[in-house]
Formats: sequence, structure tokens, C-alpha cells
Amino acid sequence: MAEQSRTNQVEDLHLVNLTKRFGDMAAVDDLTITIPAGSFFALLGASGCGKTTTLRMVAGLEDPTSGSIRIGDKDVTRLRAFQRPVNTVFQSYALFPHLDIFENVAFGLRRRGVKDVKATVEQMLDLVELGSLARRKPTQLSGGQQQRVAVARALINKPDVLLLDEPLGALDLKLRRQMQIELKRIQTEVGTTFVHVTHDQEEAMTMADTIAVMNAGRIEQMGHPAEIYELPKTAFVANFLGQSNLIEGRVAGASDDLIDVTAYGVAFRVPKSRSSATGTAIIVGVRPEKMTVLDALDATKVPDGHNAIFGRVTDVSYTGVSTQYLVRAAWGQELIVFEQNMIVGDRCEVGDDVIVHWAPSHTFGLDGDENINAGVDAAVLALDATAGQ
Amino acid sequence: MRWLRRNAVSIVGILVLVYLFIPISVVTALSFNKPAGKFNISWNSFSLDAWTNLCGVPGVCSSFVTSLEIGLVSTLIATLLGTMIAFALVRYRFRGRSTTNLLIFLPMATPEVVMGSSLLALFLNMRFPLGPLTVAIAHIMFIISFVVVTVKARLQGLDPRLEEAARDLYASPRATFRYVTFPLVLPGIIGAALLGFSLSFDDFIISYFNAGTLVTFPIYIWGAAQRGIPPQVNALATLVFVTALVIVLASQIVQYRKRKAMESS
Amino acid sequence: MAPVLPSTVVAPAPTAGQRRSRTGYVLLFPGMTWLAVFFAIPFVTLFLTSLQTPVPGKSGRYRFGLEFGNYATALAEYWPAFLRSFIYAGIATALALLISYPLAYFIAFRSGRWRGLMLVLVIAPSFASFLLRTYAWKTILADESPITTFLNSLHVLPDGRILNTSIAVIAGLTYNFLPFMVLPLYAALEKIDPRLIEAANDLYASPATSFRKVTWPLSMPGVVAGTLLTFIPAAGDYINAELLGSTKDRMVGNAIQTNFIEFRDYPTASALSFVLMAAILVLVFTYIRRAGTEELF
Repeated sequence: MAEQSRTNQVEDLHLVNLTKRFGDMAAVDDLTITIPAGSFFALLGASGCGKTTTLRMVAGLEDPTSGSIRIGDKDVTRLRAFQRPVNTVFQSYALFPHLDIFENVAFGLRRRGVKDVKATVEQMLDLVELGSLARRKPTQLSGGQQQRVAVARALINKPDVLLLDEPLGALDLKLRRQMQIELKRIQTEVGTTFVHVTHDQEEAMTMADTIAVMNAGRIEQMGHPAEIYELPKTAFVANFLGQSNLIEGRVAGASDDLIDVTAYGVAFRVPKSRSSATGTAIIVGVRPEKMTVLDALDATKVPDGHNAIFGRVTDVSYTGVSTQYLVRAAWGQELIVFEQNMIVGDRCEVGDDVIVHWAPSHTFGLDGDENINAGVDAAVLALDATAGQ
Repeated sequence: MRWLRRNAVSIVGILVLVYLFIPISVVTALSFNKPAGKFNISWNSFSLDAWTNLCGVPGVCSSFVTSLEIGLVSTLIATLLGTMIAFALVRYRFRGRSTTNLLIFLPMATPEVVMGSSLLALFLNMRFPLGPLTVAIAHIMFIISFVVVTVKARLQGLDPRLEEAARDLYASPRATFRYVTFPLVLPGIIGAALLGFSLSFDDFIISYFNAGTLVTFPIYIWGAAQRGIPPQVNALATLVFVTALVIVLASQIVQYRKRKAMESS
Repeated sequence: MAPVLPSTVVAPAPTAGQRRSRTGYVLLFPGMTWLAVFFAIPFVTLFLTSLQTPVPGKSGRYRFGLEFGNYATALAEYWPAFLRSFIYAGIATALALLISYPLAYFIAFRSGRWRGLMLVLVIAPSFASFLLRTYAWKTILADESPITTFLNSLHVLPDGRILNTSIAVIAGLTYNFLPFMVLPLYAALEKIDPRLIEAANDLYASPATSFRKVTWPLSMPGVVAGTLLTFIPAAGDYINAELLGSTKDRMVGNAIQTNFIEFRDYPTASALSFVLMAAILVLVFTYIRRAGTEELF
């Protein structure tokens, strides 16, 4: 069973109507996705969004309430964990403390009755650059080394799918960056499908070629990182993945490819192709780094056709690469603006009256029924979780 | 003066430790004594008689062996039964959990004299002959709880992800138990067994109630206390004390070395 | 007493869950049966025995009865022994707490890398025979021993001696169960973050105040566990009273033992044993209620 699929070409992973309920609560709610063979797929979401439960169901460590899991044409829903051609890199690694590194890595092969494991294990340890530490115990290794053992222990079995559960969560920031690149390298080398669960949006964007943003047991949006970031389809995604300014308005009219929107008496324009609004209520969205801050007296310098808002600066923080402004619009909403520090000297100060503008092509429209604060708390929680580790 | 005040806790602490060892040093010292009369209570003159002739007094060594045998058998059975209970408590859902917990906790909160006498009441009423069997039954009964508590603590400290990792790495439930769970819980089981053995070996009260004519080492000492304890008893007790101390210290040193090796890498 | 497990999480896969629970019962069965038959049921026979009446003309033979008067006669004769048991055990427990606290504190906060060794040294005395250690106090507290001579020179001993007085019995009890006090105290103290004490000092608490307001309350679970683990065996003990005390210092344990094994007066012995257990249970549960640490078990 497991042995056959290993010799086959890598195949797609299909989750079909996958649902997991704990009591009345649906941890995973009717999830249907296809993860292409050989891709690096990230499930991104705050804790409790169902991403880990999804992963555990794929691993066979949790039974789905309903739905099915297929690898290629093969239904693995009812197979037990040890019968599935799927391996996991556990959060905080779960290395066997009583076995040395060699035996940890050899564990899967031995359980499947492979006789001569030495060459394979050594080859695997070389791939993760740990050949010299084969006879150490896991506790004698640094966090980054343990992490690589965990990857080697899973990959040596040549699984159809490798699951990574917050694999870098326990590492410090610098090591995390290094391991991100390392994992990407390994994935390219072995070509296995990687399914990566994380709450860290930066990690997901750096590593994955497809991201699925999960919230309350459902997928909010799925796609290439840049695509999701540039054109979020829901307020949750707009707020959870990076930051956004979301302004509630109403559709006032439309031209060829632009929608005219009025919000708080200000006119905005949103490209039709970038709007997911269905009714007359619409939310105008823009990413903070797409905006430019000008002194209110320089209003004439705003390019023609740009969206623009008058306001007053309430906070300025200099972060080195950029300067972050909080600008209070006339209707009281605070907008966040990132400006690259391209010029030396004059910057706006707290209390300055300013005008903030951006191109319509950087504007996106969301359905007016959405809550403009969705995902804000989740993003803060995820940040806290990252900082706490 | 200031030094004294700052280190008062440490000084008192060490004095208490010393106090703990006073009676043991007396026991050891008296094993090298040649008692003046039949009671080996006060120092008379140095002698190695007790050590060179450990079994010189009738009954001493046979009672010692009896205690060893009962200790081994009781420990073996109690460790098995207690470990099974600990696994059930930590790993399985079942009805009557609070009753189960109560029945495990109570033996540890019951004075030995009550346990010993109630068990004797049972044996008397059932006309069950007293002897090695009844003593072993009693020992197993009171050791089980200690084994459950010790093994349960170890099992609860076990990261559930280790077993999940094993299952994920193609280990069947049986293989998971054999290659991961059992080796990781083993130190707890060994610790429980050592504790159980020392409890059994040193038990007097419960044994005395249920021994009939059987003489265990503590029962021998109790009897000898009336007519004078021979120094051989002191020598054997010293031997047991030193052996146990060496075992425990050795395991401590091994742990210490492991930690050291970990830190240095 | 056992914390109720959260039952809100419902077993999702019924077939797998049931099979696992059956294994659970199989694992529990032998051990729990052993405890039921040789620990729980004996209490029933103990109670029944305490109500038995003598078979006329045959000493040492009893038959089924409902002689509740056995309790009255037993208590009438042995209430001083009962009282002594609880007083001696109470004093010994208080002394043990007083002695153990500095040692536990020292191990938890001041012993550094010697901590493991210190803990071994606390347990080590238990490796030597309980009876012999108690017997050794006979030597230490004997009439001409340095300690008795010293205390007599201060004229603090009411009888001019220690051995064969209640002082010796209490001293023996205090000594014998000391590890049962030190270990839970240590376990509780060790969990205290030393920064809490530093914070208290930083917030203008004198060492005495920070002990009273921070360390002591946080060590409460250890104090409760330690006092129980010391008091219970001390109250039931009769070895110390037998070896170190005089006939005037006999405790209830002595009475149970002699009645059971020497006089073969099973009903009286059983009645005493049953009352002792009941008294201890009542005491323990009120104490735990009062101390508010029910999660202890």
C-alpha cells in the first residue's frame, strides 16, 4: 500500500467536503480544496481557525466527522495514521528523546521493515547537513538542528505529502528566516508536496507558492501570495494578511471600467475588475504602502483621477525603512499610511493637515456586508503568538 | 553577624539534614559494637564480629531472606497491576473514575494499623491461614497506590505528540507502545518498583498483623527488641542503607552527567 | 475530591472510542479488584467484627452480632489512648513543620546544583530500617546520654529524663515522618518563582512581610499535604510509643495491636480501628475543606 505509492509519481491531494465537529463547534467546516502535486502550500490563519485540525485529519491523527481525503485517486480517509503515505513535521518537533538522531531518522524505515537503513539515513542526514551529529541525542541539539532532524525523519519515508505544523514556531527570528530558505531549498530538491500550517503571514508569503487563508473552519481566499495580498476578496483577508484601510461607502455610478463610490461625502473610484461588491453597499480598500501623504497646502500636486482624503496627522513613527503615519479623516476614521524614507529631511508632523492620495488601480472593492474590522484581532493575536515564541 | 543572618536558612537547613542522619550513624556505629550485656544500646568496645559473621545469630539471615522474597514478589505483582491502572487512568475513558481515584488515594491516607487490622479481620473471618501469602497480599495492596501515582505522573508528563509522531512514522499501535511509550515510561516504572520494594521490605505494622508465625526482617527486629537486638541486625541494616544510597546516588550522577553533556554541546 | 474531567469534548468516532474504553476496563480490572477485595471489603469485615459477640465458654471465638455496646466499652477504656494519639501526632506534626520548612526552603532556593543530592539525603534515612532508627533513639535519649545530661543541667526536663516519657515518643514521631513533610513542602516551594519574592522586596516588603504575604501563602498546598502525610501515620503509629515511651504513653495503635494479637479481643480491637479511621477521615476532610486545597488529590 504505502510502498506502492512511494514509487509512483507525486499526486494531488484532494480534501472533499471535509468537516470536523467537536460537540457543537465546527472546527473545520465543509472544506473542499485541491493541493497540486509538488506545490508548497500554506494554510494560514489565527489559532483556532481549524488549520491544525485540517492538518491532523490529513495525517490521520484525527478522524473527520464527514468528507473525504484523497491522494490522487486513492481514498485515504479511513486509513490509520501509520498506514498513510503522509508524514508530519510536528510543532516543537516531537523527536524521540530516548533515541539518537540516527535512530530517530531511521524510525519510519524500520517500522516498515526496511532492512538496510544505514545508507539511506546517512544520505538524508547529509541533505539536512547533520551527518556529523548522527549519534547525538535530540536534547543535545540546538533548536534549528532539531528542526532539521524532524524534517529528515519525515522526508526519509518519501511521503506523497509532507505536513508541517508550525515548524518554525519555536525558533528565534533570525533562525526562522534561515530555516525558511532551507526548507524551500529542500522542497525544491525533493519535489514532494509540502502542506505548511502557520499563523505567521510573512512566513507563509515567503515560502509558499499557494496560500489558503483560513478563518472559522473555512477558507476565506486561496491563491498565489502576491495575488491574495494585492487583491483581497474579503475584509478578513485584507486585515489578516498585512494591513488595509477599509472605508464604507455606496456605489454612486459607473463608467466603462471604474465604479464611482461616495463615502462620507468623498468620491472614490474603484476598478470594476478589482471589486467583489455585489450590491450598492461597497467597501473601498487600499494597502497603506500604496498611499502618499502630502501637505494639505500641496493639494494641487495630487495627480489627476487619484483617490484623495483630507485629514490630520495623529501619530508618526519612524521605523527605519519606512515612516508610518496615522491620519484622521474628517469623519473620524484613522487611516494608516506607510511611506518609504526616500527623502532626507522634511516629513509631516503630528497635527499637520495633510492630504492622502493613491491611484484607483491600487484600490480594491469589498462587499458592503463585510465587517471592516474582521480579522484585525486575529492578526494581532497571530503577531503576539509569533512574538511570544 | 550579617553573614550569619543572611545564611540562617542554609545553616538551619543543613543542621536538619544532619539531624536526619543521627539515628543512622548510631545504627551503623552499633554494628561495630561488642555489646556489654544482651542489649546493644550503649557503646562498649569495637568489634567486627557482626560483619564477619553476618548470619551468626539464628533467625537473622532467614528473616532477611524472607523479607527479600516477599519484597520481590509483592513489588513485581504490584508494579504490574499499578502500571496497568496508571495507563487506564491516563489513556482511557471509563465510568466510575472518581470512585477509582478514591480507592487509589485512600490506602495512602489510611494508618497502617487500620489497614493491617482490617485485613486481619477479613482473613480471620474467612478462616484464611496467615503466612507468607497473606503478607504478600497485604504488601501488594498497599504498594499498588504508590505505583499508580508514580507511573501516572510519568505518563502524564509524556508529550502526546511523541506517540502521534510514532503513528505518523508507520508504527502500529503495538509498535508505538513497544518502541516509544514503554521505553519512555520505563524510568517511572523502575522508580515505582524501587519505592514499592523499599516500602515492602521495611514494613512492620501491616506485616505483623497478617504474618501469623512468619518472621520477616522487621518482625525479627521487633521480637529481638524485647530481648536485645544482635549487632548483626545493625550490620545488615547498614548494608541495605548503603546499597540503596549507592543505587540512588549512581542514578543521580548519571542524570547529572547527561545534563552536563547536554549543556556542553 | 478527584477533579472531574471535562466531559464537553464528545468522542467523535464511536467505534474506535468504544474499543479503547474496553481496553481501559481490562487494564483497571485486576488492580482495582485487588484493592476492592483487600482494602475496601476488609473495612466491611472490620465493621462486622466490631459488632460481634463472644461465643460463651470459648475464649477468642466470636460470632455475628449487632453489639454496638462494643464501641462504648472500647471507648470507655481507651479514650485516653485516643486523646494521646491525636495530641502526640498533632504536636509532632507542628514540630515537623517547623523543622522541615527551613530545610525545604534551603533545598528549593539555596542549594543550587546540589539540589538533587540534598533531596536524596532527605529520603536516604528511610532506606535504613524504621524500627532500628526508632530503636537508635533509645541510645540517643538514654538517661546518661549527652543530650539528657545537657538538658538536665538546664533543669528543663520535668521528670529528669527523656526516655520512657511522652517527650521521647513525640521526638520519635517527629523524626520518623519528617521526609513526608519535607518533600511536599519542597515541591510547593520549588514552584514559586523567586522573582515573586524579589518583587515583594522591591515593593517595600521586609523579608518577614514578604515571607508572610508571598512565600507562605504560595507554599500552602505543600503545608497541607505535608501535615496530612505526617499526621495520619503518626496518629496510627504505636512503634514509637512502644519503644520510647512508658506504659503511660500508650497510643490507640498499641491498644489495637494488643487487643487484636495478644488478647484476641477482636471486637474491641476492630471497634477501635474503625473509630480511628473514621476520626482521621473526618479530620482530613474538614482540614482540606478549611485549607481550601481540594484539588490536592
